[in-house]
Amino acid sequence: MDFALLAEQTLNGVQLGILLFLLAAGLTLVFGIMDFVNLAHGSFYMLGAFLFATFYTWTDSFVLGIVLGLPATLLVGIFTEVTCLRTLYTRDHLDQVLATFGLILFFNQLVQVIWPLDGIAVPMPAYLDGAVNVGLGIEYPIYRIMIIASGLAVAATLYFVVVRTRLGMLIRAGASNRTMVGALGVDIKLLFSCVFGLGAALAGLAGMLITPVISATSGMGEQILILAFVVIVIGGIGSIRGAFIAAIIAGLIDTLGRSFLDVILLAVLPVNAAEAAGPALSSMLIYILMAAVLFFRPQGLFPPQRR
Amino acid sequence: MRLKQFAGVASVLALATAPALAAEPIKIGFVTTLTTPAAVIGKDQQNAVNLAIEHMGAKMGGRDVKVIFGDDEFNPQKGKQKTEKLVKRDKVDIVAGYIWSHVLMASAKTVLDSGKILISANAGPSALAGKRCNKNFFNISWQNDQTTMAMGEVLNKRGIKTLYIIAPNYAAGKNMVSGVERTFKGKVVGKDMTKWPTQIDWAAEFTKVKSVNPDAVFIFYPGKHGGAFIKQYQQAGLAGRVPLYSAYTIDSIALPKLQKAGLKGVLGTYMTQQWAPDMKNAQNQKFVADFRAKYGTYPSFYASQAYDSMFFIKSAVDAVGGKISNTDGMRAALEKADFPSVRGALSMGKNHFPVQNFYLRKVEKDADGNWTTRVKDVVYTNHVDPYAKDCKM
Repeated sequence: MDFALLAEQTLNGVQLGILLFLLAAGLTLVFGIMDFVNLAHGSFYMLGAFLFATFYTWTDSFVLGIVLGLPATLLVGIFTEVTCLRTLYTRDHLDQVLATFGLILFFNQLVQVIWPLDGIAVPMPAYLDGAVNVGLGIEYPIYRIMIIASGLAVAATLYFVVVRTRLGMLIRAGASNRTMVGALGVDIKLLFSCVFGLGAALAGLAGMLITPVISATSGMGEQILILAFVVIVIGGIGSIRGAFIAAIIAGLIDTLGRSFLDVILLAVLPVNAAEAAGPALSSMLIYILMAAVLFFRPQGLFPPQRR
Repeated sequence: MRLKQFAGVASVLALATAPALAAEPIKIGFVTTLTTPAAVIGKDQQNAVNLAIEHMGAKMGGRDVKVIFGDDEFNPQKGKQKTEKLVKRDKVDIVAGYIWSHVLMASAKTVLDSGKILISANAGPSALAGKRCNKNFFNISWQNDQTTMAMGEVLNKRGIKTLYIIAPNYAAGKNMVSGVERTFKGKVVGKDMTKWPTQIDWAAEFTKVKSVNPDAVFIFYPGKHGGAFIKQYQQAGLAGRVPLYSAYTIDSIALPKLQKAGLKGVLGTYMTQQWAPDMKNAQNQKFVADFRAKYGTYPSFYASQAYDSMFFIKSAVDAVGGKISNTDGMRAALEKADFPSVRGALSMGKNHFPVQNFYLRKVEKDADGNWTTRVKDVVYTNHVDPYAKDCKM
């Protein structure tokens, strides 16, 4: 196992982690602050991808696709919150799961009605196509570097907003004690709508960034939603910092497991057993991690302070 | 979805409005995927079935024909439910279709227990070809292993010494891989079985391919995964560096999208298949020309098999003079496979799977610049699948 291969796989892992973070950030805020289980979070990832692909196709500009797609996803998020989800905050989790599961079916069918059945593929913009030498003789795709860079920028911005601004203070306060924030005269409804819209836009951004790589398709949200839930459980529900660290850990474990587990297993098991166990085990790794975290530290690695 | 089924039925009915419906029409149940993103395959099959019925004047053995479509929703349980509905409620005379092996395996018993004939227009699981073969089950596509066995031979012939395999980790994926490994004589230097259908990003696998630097990469990714794979293969800079060979991955459904996205890396890649749109026989030329005229794209191999399945059934219904309830007569006629197939002549093996040729196809531009696949070589002549010997029938 040479060092360059390990380094490149680490980059791959970080890139997956960044995408997971964008999804998990919104999910953990909504879950942590509003105590609301939103299974339909993946739908905003999908809608972001479709809106971006549509704007990209119309304007023929990758940047305009994102610039127009982000507010569009934000608006869809706020609209959904105001029309469907607001009444569910006081209900128990099972009702929320049922309602948001219904939303998943609704949105999946909706995109099949509006857009082509097999989704939309968009081209990679020419200036982001190709690979650059990032040292150690590693040729790494520019686009994936861009995903990592923009994800880190979003993480930094979020950190600034949450730690340094009044909105962030309210968000943190909401995560600690909702009732008290409401009692102090903060418009909780407005705060919730803002947080929900923000979360939807972040999920949408993840969808937009991945679309030139995988195409926008109906149902793409559910494939990644489960991972996002795993991430917020590992990181501690309601914690942005926890979501970030857990997302990177999950991305690394998943990628490195896929890359090296079969090699390691081959060293200790006969070929047939290793070939059968490798893929099965590597796809289980992050769930095993989640189980371990739940066992030893049920509140997650970096839970917000509860008061 | 109900509405779409209804529309499908209605369009067939409209075609079948012959004067004075004296006898009950022959009812054919066709199970395919009409919702979920995999529905693009089902629609292609549905279009081909409708075209076939149109081409035969909506008549078989002098009687009117009505096709009732069932949507399996890419889900074995739903497929079984729809099959039960077709057999018990709609009382169809014969059941055909099935894209997915796992859906077919879940549904076969329902049809066969009712004593009706079942015809697979795509899925070719090893169990039904071998130990669990059935006198009333026919396959009009291929057995899962055959296409990739042909691929192994192609790789040998083209001097590939080291091969890297990437395929999804589920039943069909494993079958396809075992097919290649059965005939490929070089060394498999890497094999990744990815999580199906959730894994749609192959960055880690591509990094491994680059570090191993094999002579060729072989993949099996049906449906939307195929397009995404090709796209990322090119983005990772592997297209043109490591030749890509595939099975059931690049088809007439994926190619227009790849062309639109400008993914030239797919041009010049090779695959194996029992049929190609450029085959010269009259039946195929009529099928491809009319399909393109009516639906605007080349038909996929799924469509070609669905089209064949209707003429296959017609040959038997004609032979029994429209008395489709004469199952023994139907079966005897189907065993002869005396119908004009778009892939040229074929015969039925003793396990009721086709004995047919397999070809090497290459992705090229047609005269109008559309991306399509063309036959380059014959890999197998009259090939019998490896499970036929296990069939006691």
